[in-house]
Amino acid sequence: MHANIGAHSMSIAAGFLASIGAAVLAFCATVGRISLFAASAVSHMFRPPFYGRELLAQIMQIGFFSLPVVGLTALFTGAALALQIYSGGARFSAESVVPSIVAIGMVRELGPVLGGLMVAGRVSSSIAAELGTMRVTEQIDALVTLSTNPMKYLVAPRILAATLAMPILVAVGDTIGIMGGYLVGTGRLGFNSSGYIKNTVDFLEIGDVTSGLAKAAVFGFIIALMGCYHGYNSGRGAQGVGRATINAVVSASVMILAANYALTEAFF
Amino acid sequence: MIDIRGLHKSFGDNHVLQGVDMKIAKGESMVIIGGSGTGKSVLLKCVLGLETPDAGRVIVYGQEADKGDRDAFLARFGMLFQSGALFDSLSVWQNVAFRLMRGANKLSKEDAREIAIEKLRRVGLKPEVGDKFPAELSGGMQKRVGLARAIAAEPEIIFFDEPTTGLDPIMSGVINELIREIVVEMGATAMTITHDMSSVRAIADKVAMLHDGVVQWSGPVGNMETSGNPYLDQFLNGRAEGPIEAVR
Repeated sequence: MHANIGAHSMSIAAGFLASIGAAVLAFCATVGRISLFAASAVSHMFRPPFYGRELLAQIMQIGFFSLPVVGLTALFTGAALALQIYSGGARFSAESVVPSIVAIGMVRELGPVLGGLMVAGRVSSSIAAELGTMRVTEQIDALVTLSTNPMKYLVAPRILAATLAMPILVAVGDTIGIMGGYLVGTGRLGFNSSGYIKNTVDFLEIGDVTSGLAKAAVFGFIIALMGCYHGYNSGRGAQGVGRATINAVVSASVMILAANYALTEAFF
Repeated sequence: MIDIRGLHKSFGDNHVLQGVDMKIAKGESMVIIGGSGTGKSVLLKCVLGLETPDAGRVIVYGQEADKGDRDAFLARFGMLFQSGALFDSLSVWQNVAFRLMRGANKLSKEDAREIAIEKLRRVGLKPEVGDKFPAELSGGMQKRVGLARAIAAEPEIIFFDEPTTGLDPIMSGVINELIREIVVEMGATAMTITHDMSSVRAIADKVAMLHDGVVQWSGPVGNMETSGNPYLDQFLNGRAEGPIEAVR
């Protein structure tokens, strides 16, 4: 009887360990597949033929058309940040730090991260749905039969476009965010207009800006890579495309936050 | 000349192809028949290199599918996909001229458009259709556009994947007739997969019946009715009883 119970609990433990092992192996396999996919996409960026028209179209699609969502996110974030810092700063009579902390907070952290998350929602999903639909309706196979490499024609331009467009997008977002803080600072908190601007410019260092823009480029790469990877390898039917879209947005968002911590450590 | 030798392909536990051997002579129209899920599409994709076979070889005009210059290999082929597979972000004429505007021998936009309009006319579509988008066309028109795209670069070999699926009988007849005319006119080698017997009779020179991962019967289209092959007989007569299980 005791021997039976012992064998039973052993088999439960073995089953538990096996399921952990299987999950770890599956995770490692996915990381490997994504790395190979990324390496292939990057290598196609540097080998002809180049599809310049596709690249421009994607820069418009990913960069230009994301401006409203990034701009609005930055505006409200900058405005809220000014109020929060004012309220926090008032506890030790440091209200005057509002302009500089809003600028540093936006440029180093909130501009790239919130901009990245918003663009992940907008762009990763649309890339995954588009490529997934192309996979399901055999358009990707059709490209191959027409002597066009889909990695070169579909994937490389999207990843390059997002990597180039995100820093510009975030630079614009940072500016709008600082303006959000300025509007609240001068309108609600009684700051003097020229004093607010002087405070912002004096305390902002070039390293704050470049580290934020470098983050943005990495986030752009992640956003398009996740959209392309999940769309390109989409399962069959509407359900397959739906799952690809979810996976693209979720994985891009989590990877942006993880990469943000790693990059912040690196730039610290 | 297409030479397929001992082709095997599995997806997990599903052994779709289990040693397919087939030869298609230059200028011949081979039609592969078989029930749904018997690996007809997989065979076609293996020949094109869209799927990598687990074992076996595909040799097209002396070149192996997975070796050497892939662009030169694929340049020999045109393909009509089951769903049309038209690029919905491009207009109809840009779809037809897709290959003509890319690669080493790319044509100017004007020349490519002229050829695209000519090919559209060849498949019975008016030049105005060229400026529409695929989503604006009916199923039959999309098939015609797919056909025009397949023949635009005048390939030596054309593949047709279920060319009449989803079309009404009259439109099926029209597409079958077009395929036959174009293949004869171009002197192209054709490989068609279908389970529509009207297509078989209209298009085929030779027929191969695929079941259980191997070719069960192959021969000239005229010998089909008298083959004595139980698989082919069951398929031709649409009987539920026979060596092919009705539930697969």
